[in-house]
Amino acid sequence: MSQQQAEQSTDLSGIDFSDSKFARRRRARALKDKAATGGIAVGGITVIIAIVLIFFYLLAEVLPLFEGASMERESGYSVPLHQTAGETLFLTMEEQAEMALRITDQGQAVFFATATGDVVEQTQLPVPDGAQVTSLAAAERASHLLAIGFSDGSALLLKHKYKITYPNDQRHIEPIIEYPYGTEPMVVDDMGGALTKLSLRDDENAMLLAAVKADGELAAVRFTKEEDFISEEIVLESEILTFPVTPKSVVDVAVSIDQRWLFATDSDNGLTVFTLQNEPEVHSQIELTDGPKVTRLEFLLGGISLLVGDETGSISQWFLVRDGQQGWQLEFIRDFDALPGAVQHIEPEHRRKGFVAVDDQGDLSIYNSTARRTVYSEAISEQAIAKVGISPRANALLVEDDQGQMHFWRIYNEHPEISWSSLWQKVWYESYPEPDYIWQSSASTNDFEPKMSLMPLTFGTLKAAFYAMLLAAPLAICGAIYTAHFMASGMRRKIKPLIELMEALPTVILGFLAGLWLAPFVETHLPGIFSLLILMPIGILLMSFVWTQLPSRIRHLVPEGWIAALLIPIVIAVGWVSINMSGPLENAFFGGDMRSWLGDSLGISFDQRNAMVVGLAMGFAVIPTIFSIAEDAIFSVPKHLSNGSLALGATPWQTLTRVVLLTASPGIFSALMIGFGRAVGETMIVLMATGNTPIMDWNIFEGMRTLAANIAVEMPESEVGSTHFRVLFLAALVLFMFTFMVNTAAEIVRQRLRKRYGSL
Amino acid sequence: MRISTKDWFKSGTPWVWLNAGAVSISVIMVVGLLALIAVRGLEHFWPASVVEADLLAQDGSRRVIAGEIVQTEDVSAIQLIASGVKLPADVEFAKRYLLKVGNRDVTGSDFAWALERTMENPRYPENMVVFERREWGNFYGYLEAVKKDGNIIATGDEAVTQLTELMERVLDIHDDIYAIEKGEIGSINHGIERLRLKERGLELDGYTKDTAPQKFAEIAAKRAEFDAQYEDIQARLANLYQQFSRDSLVASTVDGHQVEIDLGKVVRFYQPNQMGLTEKVGFYFAKLWEFVADDPREANTEGGIFPAIYGTVLMVLLMSVFVTPFGVVAAVYLREYAKQGVLTRTIRIAVNNLAGVPSIVYGVFGLGFFIYFLGDEIDSLFFREAMPSPTFGTPGLLWASLTLALLTVPVVIVATEEGLSRIPRSVREGSLALGATKFETLWRIIIPMSSPAMMTGLILAVARAAGEVAPLMLVGVVKLAPSLPLDGNYPFLHLDQKFMHLGFHIYDVGFQSPNVEAARPLVYATALLLVMVIGALNLASVAIRNRLREKYKALEV
Repeated sequence: MSQQQAEQSTDLSGIDFSDSKFARRRRARALKDKAATGGIAVGGITVIIAIVLIFFYLLAEVLPLFEGASMERESGYSVPLHQTAGETLFLTMEEQAEMALRITDQGQAVFFATATGDVVEQTQLPVPDGAQVTSLAAAERASHLLAIGFSDGSALLLKHKYKITYPNDQRHIEPIIEYPYGTEPMVVDDMGGALTKLSLRDDENAMLLAAVKADGELAAVRFTKEEDFISEEIVLESEILTFPVTPKSVVDVAVSIDQRWLFATDSDNGLTVFTLQNEPEVHSQIELTDGPKVTRLEFLLGGISLLVGDETGSISQWFLVRDGQQGWQLEFIRDFDALPGAVQHIEPEHRRKGFVAVDDQGDLSIYNSTARRTVYSEAISEQAIAKVGISPRANALLVEDDQGQMHFWRIYNEHPEISWSSLWQKVWYESYPEPDYIWQSSASTNDFEPKMSLMPLTFGTLKAAFYAMLLAAPLAICGAIYTAHFMASGMRRKIKPLIELMEALPTVILGFLAGLWLAPFVETHLPGIFSLLILMPIGILLMSFVWTQLPSRIRHLVPEGWIAALLIPIVIAVGWVSINMSGPLENAFFGGDMRSWLGDSLGISFDQRNAMVVGLAMGFAVIPTIFSIAEDAIFSVPKHLSNGSLALGATPWQTLTRVVLLTASPGIFSALMIGFGRAVGETMIVLMATGNTPIMDWNIFEGMRTLAANIAVEMPESEVGSTHFRVLFLAALVLFMFTFMVNTAAEIVRQRLRKRYGSL
Repeated sequence: MRISTKDWFKSGTPWVWLNAGAVSISVIMVVGLLALIAVRGLEHFWPASVVEADLLAQDGSRRVIAGEIVQTEDVSAIQLIASGVKLPADVEFAKRYLLKVGNRDVTGSDFAWALERTMENPRYPENMVVFERREWGNFYGYLEAVKKDGNIIATGDEAVTQLTELMERVLDIHDDIYAIEKGEIGSINHGIERLRLKERGLELDGYTKDTAPQKFAEIAAKRAEFDAQYEDIQARLANLYQQFSRDSLVASTVDGHQVEIDLGKVVRFYQPNQMGLTEKVGFYFAKLWEFVADDPREANTEGGIFPAIYGTVLMVLLMSVFVTPFGVVAAVYLREYAKQGVLTRTIRIAVNNLAGVPSIVYGVFGLGFFIYFLGDEIDSLFFREAMPSPTFGTPGLLWASLTLALLTVPVVIVATEEGLSRIPRSVREGSLALGATKFETLWRIIIPMSSPAMMTGLILAVARAAGEVAPLMLVGVVKLAPSLPLDGNYPFLHLDQKFMHLGFHIYDVGFQSPNVEAARPLVYATALLLVMVIGALNLASVAIRNRLREKYKALEV
């Protein structure tokens, strides 16, 4: 349209559209339009980003699990009082890693500030006259109990403690040395030989000190503790243990936490296991390495696992495993990435199953035993490293090299317990007879080894989904076939919304019914449930046959496409009969109680809330999902295809199987996928209808724990930012990715199908 | 026409019938489930007759037992004999009743199993009374006497009439006490807590009593005012409580135990065995009303579920406020503004699939992101005075509704997009041709036309949110909330508060309750309520969708 014409018409009506008022208005409208475009774009993109954020947030919470550790050198100084107090035997730190303790071979305890190396306090320990300090042993690191061995065959026990006060709102740490069993040394070897190696174990009832003497023989003393009734003091009764003569000279010694086992390495890399039940006896002997010399023997936190380091730098873990006939056997469990040089020192963490190892070339590695993971490995020094001390929180490290320099490092090592193998592979946990998949995230004790295998949970998830699909898939797909292909349209209009309505039924209701009504019902009517499975198809087929034999006058009373309605009374009757048969059947075949019959005759254990109940309830929940999508797929197969087939003389059934189902099969497949995705993520039904025990067993009469239910159970109690917390996030991420991928695949299949229908 | 079995199989008819059977089974399961919930949920409020019988023990001794029959089952004789019951040889099955015998304070348990054959001389005594109590559950027995100030004022038949009068008075006092404790004391406590926070806030800002004496004096004055009010209320309450526990009743159990019950502890009493049909119906509706309008009693196993209904509704409303604008804007953007290409298609598929992501994943996200991340930030910025106890850094109403909004936003987007795509091009083009801008077309034509679709989306979202429990367990529901999240105390809507929820109530009472057996009927009733609400919402959305289709059918022609 030309501008002239437009202007003419405006002149005619007496309105001037080029008037500034209108121009302003137009501008305002254009501005408003632009603003709206911008606003909607921003809003829309924000929402989409918010949705995408879920994925990235979960990922961000999970990623720290797989990051290694890092270390940062904070300061370095020459070893405090190196010249005057002697060589370091032991290094440790207090809780805050602000103060460290160095115990020397001259019997001095030197407390110093970790940041600067300034000496805070120096204490001379009561060394017996004429004796030298020859060895030192630490009990469990967290107990702060140490034993110092002397050249006269005696040992002194001491405890380092830290008193924290806040004068003027400033933290002040005051170190204390305590002698819980007195300042008088205790005799370990009554022959008076020098103790070159020492091992110490202490608990409420007994204390054990074991030592290697200068002549390569073993010596040990056991103290039993008894409380004096009057003074309420603990009285120690000592008993010197005598060892059978060992053919090879002993190099190192270690005693297990329960004071029942003693491990002694010899100069030929052999290890002898002694039992200490009564008098020491040789239990077994094994070779630790096939050649390289063992340089270090240390216990992991908990006093169960032995760590063995050798001169080639390799480190291995061993513990006693209960063996069928022979009782206990020391087994090789796993080895760790080797250090380049000979292992100089192994220092266990105080609260986790991790440890630090150093070699004679200045390399340092941090490991975690459960995860079999090297979280950190670096050459941190030019010199050989002599000693390391780790702080109780495992966030700081003191490293002493053999040039007399002390280095203070910060460690950032939050989640060493998690690795691919600890999540998805069998792990040989301490005190277990063999490697296994176990989920057991928390316990009451501090030295507990967290067992975070996601396998039992994933298995449980798939098991629950599998049994649910076993019920839902046939029912939903057969139902969809009939509804879409055979049913009269009047009936279809009512049936379809009815079944789809169930999709909206809150799963908490299904779960509640499954747990409180269905589970006891199934338990008491077990034979009835099984006979129902057999009788139902038979009953329907029988009805079908009888119906075809009826005179056509009766048959024509019910229009075609209404046989589903006809079957309703049959289904109810068969169900009623089966359930009522349950009791007599149980009496006749299962001795009155099928549950105990299962257990006694077949060895199948039975939980009331089991996979069968879950399968029934969750199957019920996914039927509408599968039904709805599959029905749509079958119904939208172009009618001319089936009409063509029927016109060529095929029966309705032939048309269905050879034409309709083939065309709709991708749609049915995607319906199954979406149903499976829903079953995998369902939480409430599984939470309420199973016992939530994380076991791996396909037994239909036992429960399971699924990923989703596990999150619901453990998330509220989990400490924020802890490894457990992040593993639960990982479980959520796994669920998210799995369902997202399954659904996307199903959606793509469906879109393809739609395109194909379009072209037909 | 008779056909042979072979031909019958060949024709495929049996397979068609089996498929039809699948539909029948599905339908029966659906209807059966709804019927089960409905029957179990509704029968609980009916005043069942109380049966009394002589129970024959193993050793031949007899004792009297009374209770409501709540369950009947047939047990196989083999199982019974195995558990040590003596039965004649010809018996194969024995009928067993589960009786609600009440009197937990006397017998220690609410329920008892009894074999029908051991219950001799069953009878329904007219003067059997059921007392519903505030603690210890129901009491079944006979009313012996009514006491006023410790003195017996009525016995026998007269006692019932006296008791009816006295009960009215006691219930009135109870209402007064309830109003004072929940209302007045609640608001005073709230006020004192706000003063404490204000004072702490001043201290955190660096004020002390020396630098800002006036501010602290104001707070002290207000606090004194509250304290005075509190004293006053306390005095009134003490008086009411004295009145409350003035009267008592003496009742005896069927086996002769005498129990004195404070009238204040009784909620209601009735004589089911002499109630007529109209009385029973009246009683039924009174109980039904109590169920929806009252607070729960006895660890949620008795009384009503009003706070759970309230919490659910409020949470869903809040969620709607969040989800509607965002969902609609996102849908409008995707359909009307974004360039329709591979990216948009991918986003559409992704949004669609998010509806299938397990709800617990959203719960985990809500807990981690909203509560521990956003909530902690908000606390350290605005609620320092309440530290170390978190305000928003803990599960609560706001986070629960935001989490559910995120969970349901795909539903709204998908439904709105569908509505937008149904609007014929001609309508849009017509509007644009008349000179309207794109936004004007959208605002005046497209949005009004697609509003039913948005409604459908919102209703579906609400239905989904109302039934969702798993994520809520992580982000805000509790088994028993001390106060409602919306009340008369400033700022009226307490977004940081935890709340009760119908779905979680079902889970909690059904599975975490110490007395599951007693709570079970209530769980069925709660489930029924939830099913009805969600069913109604879904039916509404279906109806709206159908109307919408009809409307555009006309347009398309």
